[in-house]
Amino acid sequence: MSERPLPGAGPPEKRLPVTMERIRSGATPARRVAGRLLKPPPSPFPYTSPTWPDSVPRPPAPRELGVDYDTDWARRYPARVARLLLTELVAKPMVAVLADPHVAGEDRIAHLDGPVVFAANHASHIDTPLLLSVLPEPWRHRTVVAGAADYFFDTKLKAAVLALSINAIPIERRRVSRTSANRAAALLQEGWSLLIFPEGGRSPDGWGQSHQPGAAWLAARTGRAIVPVHVEGTRSILPRHSGRIRPGTTHVTFGRPLQPSSGDNPRDLAAKLEAAVSALADEHDTDWWTARQRAARGTSPGLTGPSGAGTWRRTWALGAPTRRSASTRRWPKP
Amino acid sequence: MPRPGFVLEVDRSTPPILTWHGEGFRLERLPPERSRVIYAPEPVAALDDPDQAIQDALLAPLGDSPPLPDLLRAGMRLTIAFDDISLPLPPMQRPDNRQRVIEAVLEMAASAGVDDVVLICALALHRRMTEAELRHAIGDRVYDSFAPHGLLLQHDAEDPDGLVHLGQTDKGEDVEINKRAAESDLIVYVNINLVAMDGGHKSVATGLASYRSLRHHHNVKTMRHSRSFMDQHNSELHTSNWRMGRLIAASGVKVFQIETTLNNDAFPKPMAFLQKREWEWSGRDRAAYIATTKGLGRTPPKLARSIFQSIKAPHAMTGVFAGEVEAVHAATTDAVYAQQLVSVEGQTDVAVFGLPHICPYNVNSIMNPILVMCMGLGYLFNLYRGKPIVRQGGVAILSHPTPWAFHPVHHPSYIDFFEEVLSETTDPIEIEKTYEERFATDEWYRHLYRTSHAYHGVHPFYMWYWGAHALEHLGDVIIVGGEPAAVRRLGFSPASTLTDALEMASDTVGRHPTISHFHCPPIMLADVS
Repeated sequence: MSERPLPGAGPPEKRLPVTMERIRSGATPARRVAGRLLKPPPSPFPYTSPTWPDSVPRPPAPRELGVDYDTDWARRYPARVARLLLTELVAKPMVAVLADPHVAGEDRIAHLDGPVVFAANHASHIDTPLLLSVLPEPWRHRTVVAGAADYFFDTKLKAAVLALSINAIPIERRRVSRTSANRAAALLQEGWSLLIFPEGGRSPDGWGQSHQPGAAWLAARTGRAIVPVHVEGTRSILPRHSGRIRPGTTHVTFGRPLQPSSGDNPRDLAAKLEAAVSALADEHDTDWWTARQRAARGTSPGLTGPSGAGTWRRTWALGAPTRRSASTRRWPKP
Repeated sequence: MPRPGFVLEVDRSTPPILTWHGEGFRLERLPPERSRVIYAPEPVAALDDPDQAIQDALLAPLGDSPPLPDLLRAGMRLTIAFDDISLPLPPMQRPDNRQRVIEAVLEMAASAGVDDVVLICALALHRRMTEAELRHAIGDRVYDSFAPHGLLLQHDAEDPDGLVHLGQTDKGEDVEINKRAAESDLIVYVNINLVAMDGGHKSVATGLASYRSLRHHHNVKTMRHSRSFMDQHNSELHTSNWRMGRLIAASGVKVFQIETTLNNDAFPKPMAFLQKREWEWSGRDRAAYIATTKGLGRTPPKLARSIFQSIKAPHAMTGVFAGEVEAVHAATTDAVYAQQLVSVEGQTDVAVFGLPHICPYNVNSIMNPILVMCMGLGYLFNLYRGKPIVRQGGVAILSHPTPWAFHPVHHPSYIDFFEEVLSETTDPIEIEKTYEERFATDEWYRHLYRTSHAYHGVHPFYMWYWGAHALEHLGDVIIVGGEPAAVRRLGFSPASTLTDALEMASDTVGRHPTISHFHCPPIMLADVS
């Protein structure tokens, strides 16, 4: 290294104008104090997000949420192990305490091999943990749950929590989405089963809703069996628009799998599925033989309740006594 | 699809702009409504299969050259020359373009039964490369095959027995180049074209030339008439090299030119924020910036320098062109322009250049004050086509710590130039007339250049001339954050902050000047209309 010049060497320093910086860097204590007092607040950037210049048009926000949320990470082994522990150590005991599940019809799916589509009616947020905790092996820890992209994947935190805890994948429920349909189909092909609620959302009044064709379409496309599932009792535990949980008893009935054939129209398959779930509801309310007879005659009580009736009559009909649960209060609680 | 370059008109909503400051950077607010920031285009896509592209280029050359295999035969003398440590910047991650190309050429030479092969690093008057640097550039396979047998040479521009005078151009320019290369049956020149100035006839006419030859275009007159170096149609430096190159060809020296281009992906992922527009910084970018600047604030300068010098750029090859020199260089220049050109409308009163830690002459070394001047006024100022981004009589504001520090091995003559010459005058003409020859012919500098790792004795002069066009064009030069004594020795004005510098600039260009901030690196070329 060369030596530094002696102090004072070189031409005289140019007199600089007085600025805030010069005041702040002043040598005297008085100047330093003045500088501190005059010091403007620090620029928040880079400690906060940068401002966007007015002259630069904003690009469309990157699509990382909703149907574009990437859930691949939730199917890697660390997340799977975490989910297994959550399901077995947290969800299952909680469901046992809160929902007291009674499961029927497992023998109908015992012979199945490989991934399937579980299609259930939907009345409450409890439905998903309930079903995940009662799904028989080998499906319990190898199932993805179709979640509404607009509802469950609208924030990063919510999406991450659901992807990790229940292995949710985003599904577009308002319109046909190639992205979500392809993703679900690919997962079925990769060996993951799918739990889907074909009604597209929780029941608003306790009665079921018409099925969307998505579940049937996926089964028809992938050739996988579709298992109708009926869930009863969850609405009284956690109804829609309620934050209170009231422990109760639930019943889960697995139906006979519907195996799509190559010529099946997804709409026809969806109708068969809806009829199968209705028959399962009837089976729960009456008995298997009665339900089968009504199903054969095409007179199973519909899931959607009396059509054309006023609001109060639908609610009244919801509370009609059944053979098995005559004492069960059906009237929605406020 | 990479986005093209961009000129941001600064308004009150504009966030502070990243400004390089040697081994560090700052966020600077620019005056709204009269400032603009020039951003480089995003890195263009890399070649999918560079090795296949090299094969294709060698087998289907440009111009009137036959394919390389047709030029190779048993018993011939083959010289492979390649660019030195000054390219690319920062040095690229392995494998370097030179390694890929040289290995491909050697495969063909081996197939043709060529035994007499010598590799020459085309240093011109630069320092000799170390073994580690050579290994990085050409790869271990090539190094281990040639260096132990004395077949990997570094050009010696002062070896009286190793040079040959081929004649004079019609302008009286001596053309003297490496004897081994000149007497070979074929020179294969392997180049990396980082900026438009590189490559073409300059590769051989400068890279393998002697001081006697170089002084004809590395002088104040040529530099002042090169507007800019990057625009070959308006560059006297280019014209002179082309005259020499054509004389070399006319002398019977056969050159097969291989030029490669890179994208401007200059920094690895953890430092990706350096290439982004500030308003697009993510949380990770901001965290990286804060961590880097806070860390550097507590890091001794020497360690910070080592850290920055260890950065290896993820540059990727975007093109490879081979064949006849001029046809190749035309294609290369188009590829470089496609990556680097940014349309800029008009000039401003002031230009702000944040100087990074590296320039072509301080790789693994120190950016001394002379190189600060060369980088700011020689390189960044000249990264234009058409007109400089700052008007005649305007002010250039450079941001760099400008330490009074020199690498004693690499830059011995710089120390004396700084102490003896710049203390007397900073006028390039006066310096050239009074001092150049003494430094250029100094036996000690010559000895260090030939046997150590020192730049040639005349090299600091060339660095000063490199900025001669800017010195003539500008009304004032201010260095922000520089060591005041070193800055004054350069003949410039020191300022502690950019705000101060802008206030000082108003003495020259008036109140409320218009300002261009040249957001470089990554490298770009302002196409000023």
